Amino acid sequence: MTNPAPLGAVEELPRDEVERFDRELAAVVKRYPPDRKAAAMLPALRIGQEIFGYCSPAVQKLAADRLGVSPARAEEVATFYVMFHTKPLGRHLVEICTNVSCCLTGGERIFEHLKRKLGVGNGGTTADGRITLREVECLGACGTAPAMLLDEDEMIERLDVQKVDQIVGGLK
Amino acid sequence: MSETLILTRRWGKPNSAALETYRQDGGYAALDKALGMDPAAIVDEVKKSNLRGRGGAGFATGLKWTFLPKDVRPRYLTINADESEPGTFKDRYIIEHDPHQLIEGIAITCWALDIHLAYVYIRGEFPKQARILEKAVEEARAAGIIGPKLLGKKAFDLDIHVHRGAGAYICGEESALLESLEGKKGYPRLKPPFPAVVGLWGKPTIINNVETIANIPWIVQNGGEAFAALGSGKTGGTRLFGVSGHVNRPGVYEKPAAYNLKKLIMEDCGGIVGGRGVKAVIPGGSSSPVLRGDEIDISLEVDAVKAAGSMSGSGGVIVFDDSTCMVRALARIAKFYAEESCGQCTPCREGTSWMEGIVEKIEHGHGSAADVEKLEQIAGCIGGNTICALGDAAAMPVQSFVKKFRDEFLRHTVEHRCPFGESGWGLDQTSRPAVVGAVRY
Repeated sequence: MTNPAPLGAVEELPRDEVERFDRELAAVVKRYPPDRKAAAMLPALRIGQEIFGYCSPAVQKLAADRLGVSPARAEEVATFYVMFHTKPLGRHLVEICTNVSCCLTGGERIFEHLKRKLGVGNGGTTADGRITLREVECLGACGTAPAMLLDEDEMIERLDVQKVDQIVGGLK
Repeated sequence: MSETLILTRRWGKPNSAALETYRQDGGYAALDKALGMDPAAIVDEVKKSNLRGRGGAGFATGLKWTFLPKDVRPRYLTINADESEPGTFKDRYIIEHDPHQLIEGIAITCWALDIHLAYVYIRGEFPKQARILEKAVEEARAAGIIGPKLLGKKAFDLDIHVHRGAGAYICGEESALLESLEGKKGYPRLKPPFPAVVGLWGKPTIINNVETIANIPWIVQNGGEAFAALGSGKTGGTRLFGVSGHVNRPGVYEKPAAYNLKKLIMEDCGGIVGGRGVKAVIPGGSSSPVLRGDEIDISLEVDAVKAAGSMSGSGGVIVFDDSTCMVRALARIAKFYAEESCGQCTPCREGTSWMEGIVEKIEHGHGSAADVEKLEQIAGCIGGNTICALGDAAAMPVQSFVKKFRDEFLRHTVEHRCPFGESGWGLDQTSRPAVVGAVRY
């Protein structure tokens, strides 16, 4: 049996970015009672992910350290929620909903089309690192289906193959 | 006759999300009225209103509020804006078009229940809505509506915060939501104790859905009886019904709580695409048992849908035309529950994956009649045997699809293929313009 890879250390993270993390986290921690700052784990990991690119072990440790909980707590959260990424992604994340209402209006065809066009499977990243493609569960856009989420920030609705080609083609 | 609109009446008006326009339209007058009322009288009005939870369970809101133990403080209010049940897409529009209606509802509820801290737990996939709501809360705080004094006059400290989820259906389950709000993974808690007794950080916590709380200002202004009169039986008010799938005009429709399901689909939504027939309807989000096309001439009132063998749930109506493969549809639903099972309870963790695998096998023509029976058997072993309702939510679609469309499942096993081939999701798989209140998308 080989030893597992050593976990990342907080010290490996660039100092100015850690300072930015601390500033942004301080603003968020205020939303919770002073003795309940561990509640800020989800926002902490989101901030960490935005600043450092993904929820690496070092980012998990940083969040845990600042909130006064064990790194295991950060890891269990980082691996439980689909919007936390413990591995690096492409520059853009394209997520297509293939739940029922989206498929009734063409969502599955759009997802299959993108897989072929980008030459990747579900969760795969294009060779140039431009796009990670992923199938997601219901986005709450069933009336305006099919829907996608771009970079976990912008929901784009009433898709068809043409529209999705235009969106994906415009990503740098 | 013009229908009473409570929730959608301001949707589509210019700048409807802004505090200024909300006040011009009479916003926060209900809070003003509430501050002149005895808190217990507000709870009584809500009880009289027959307001029932709009998140899915349909529990009486006023009754839930009375479960708070009298002497324990602090208490918390948590608004469930997780909206993740497939087919459900209504709360997002309340937040997009009229966030102050929700904030006013929160403020009144907190005043009525002596709560000084409220969180809105909003799903991570709604970043735009989270920003709109945060901005609205900030506006309300800056205007002195919330903060150290309510409406700038009543010494009652209230703070409201938005807490974003990060992608987990299970966090819509109220005790998983609390775990997530506490900064943990979303594992549901054993109940009892219920959150009203032991909730957030071990303190009494009321958890209500967005739509539920957005009704509170109207109830305070117009009285509980007027609200009850809009509905029927034990369900008061109007409801937001989100209709998706093979209809000509999908969208969110505000209708009296006892509106007819068939009328909603055939008249309001303009009927079925291509003039085809209705094969099936899921009336209240993907976990509610499916109805056959000939079973939809029913009232959507909570107890009426229950009597028809299903659930009005979250009001998410999914319509399948007669060209859809029901095995394909169930396979996708089964996959969803397998993906979203948190893994805490064995029957759900294992059973949802088994069901997914078996439905997939049948859909691809590799199944047998024994597999169809096995599906029912597994579903029967999950329901009722788990900590939270996700197990039941996964079992009910399987049981109802197989029961109502058994011939179609067996046809797959006899023909060793999907009889619908490429068009399993229907002959017409295109997006159609949606109607959301008065807004067109």
